[in-house]
Amino acid sequence: MTPAISIRQVAKRYGDLQALAGVSLNIEQGEFFGLLGPNGAGKTTLISALAGLVRPDSGVLEVMGHDVQRDFRQARRHLGVVPQELVFDPFFTVREVLRFQSGYFGIRKNDDWIDEILVNLDLADKADAGMRSLSGGMKRRVLVAQALVHRPPVIVLDEPTAGVDVELRQALWRFIQRLNEEGHTIVLTTHYLEEAEALCGRIAMLQRGQVVALERTEDLLRQFASHALLIRLADGVALPPTWALLATPVDEYWSIPFEKAADIEGILTRLRESGCIPEEVTVRQTDLEEVFIRLMREGKAPAQKSEGGT
Amino acid sequence: MITFLTLLYKEVLRFWKVGFQTVAAPVLTSLLYLLIFAQVLEDHVKVYGSLSYTAFLVPGLVMMAVLQNAFANSSSSLIQAKVMGSIVFILLPPISPMALFGAYVVSSTIRGFAVGLGVLAVTMGFTSLGFENPAWIMAFILLGGALMGTLGILAGLWADKFDQLAAFQNFIIMPLTFLSGVFYSIHSLPPFWQGVSRYNPVFYMIDGFRYGFFGISDVSPWLSLSVVTICFICLAVFAHALLRRGYKLRA
Repeated sequence: MTPAISIRQVAKRYGDLQALAGVSLNIEQGEFFGLLGPNGAGKTTLISALAGLVRPDSGVLEVMGHDVQRDFRQARRHLGVVPQELVFDPFFTVREVLRFQSGYFGIRKNDDWIDEILVNLDLADKADAGMRSLSGGMKRRVLVAQALVHRPPVIVLDEPTAGVDVELRQALWRFIQRLNEEGHTIVLTTHYLEEAEALCGRIAMLQRGQVVALERTEDLLRQFASHALLIRLADGVALPPTWALLATPVDEYWSIPFEKAADIEGILTRLRESGCIPEEVTVRQTDLEEVFIRLMREGKAPAQKSEGGT
Repeated sequence: MITFLTLLYKEVLRFWKVGFQTVAAPVLTSLLYLLIFAQVLEDHVKVYGSLSYTAFLVPGLVMMAVLQNAFANSSSSLIQAKVMGSIVFILLPPISPMALFGAYVVSSTIRGFAVGLGVLAVTMGFTSLGFENPAWIMAFILLGGALMGTLGILAGLWADKFDQLAAFQNFIIMPLTFLSGVFYSIHSLPPFWQGVSRYNPVFYMIDGFRYGFFGISDVSPWLSLSVVTICFICLAVFAHALLRRGYKLRA
């Protein structure tokens, strides 16, 4: 099957800044894919290159097999992009904006689909309101609606939940999950790692314009040990330097990863031998946030597979 | 075609929704020019021997309003969309450079035409106009509007900020239109300045337009038509090339 998105050796430089340094990844049809990384890692540049807003210096990008430069018409028809910036056209109403957007894609009568999108995004009663009068969260939803007017099989959302309240965020995710279940490929960037962990089947982590991890979400979590022991030492007791490589500080705890339950005893014994008596011990699952922090510090996943299929 | 028509409709609606500012205001400005200049000069100046100054002035004011508003339309639409970021809505869909160019030029021409019609309606009562040759009137109003709409695209693409666009407008468009023979026949100028005026394309738009009303002009309307057409084609080719390259639109 043609990949929904194929990115091969894409590089882009802005002056001294290497925004993308040879990024390659394939996203299969029907995936819910997360693109993570710190600010400035190149996520938005990559999405912009995919959308044809930025022209890469080298490399190839394809949407459903259509080259985004040479075959830009087909590529853009298959792609819906929700931009990160909260942009809007202040002159028009919500319905006008959505009709125009349909027309730009060559679709004349689209009101049935527009109404359906509006209902799903809880915007039906705002259809005739001017864009200027909408709250930030509503404008964000109109951006999502605009990306969907032409029923694109591939939907890219760049930070769709930034500045959106909890209730709305959940409603938005339910809708996007439904689109995914209906067969749409979803690619998202977000700063809320728990969202990515809960939603994304596969994750790519970008750092300084390079892919540093590309794994199924659970594999990524497993690679970093599926569990960690959280220990709290008495005030004033320091962890011996030999432990520093293994343990990561988390609030007032030290997090020590382990693989099997049987390992716990060994860890506790060795701690006792080095003179550290834990005051409190808890076991918890590694979460994506921890993986993220460690990856960004170390630069590469431990056993990164070359280019990952699902 | 649907793409082009949608973008055209949106661009027309954009200025029409704020018509008080984009159509009514320039009509009032032109009326003020007429009241002041005609009051001061009507009894002192005769143009082409027999023409009253007010009659001479009215077509000039109409054309000046057409040109300035056609320019303002495409340039302000583009700079606003760029500054506000809403330009992505036309960059994400598969809109061809030709459709983009056509929609901006035609909507600007329509705005110029609407303002021109408004100026004509409020000023023609002050004098008697000939309407000698309506075909010339239409040709120059449409071609002039299209030319300035194209120039507006170029300025809107080039400018990154509102003040850069204002500079373009104040230092290029205003002098070109004011020194084009709106307020005087270039035959009343010293020979040197007559010569200079002939390098101003706006002069030909105004002069040819005026020929349509009175059947008299400083130069032949055919010369004016040729100059304006050639200028339009050159600017159009340039603007289309920039749009195709994504100049300052796609990084």
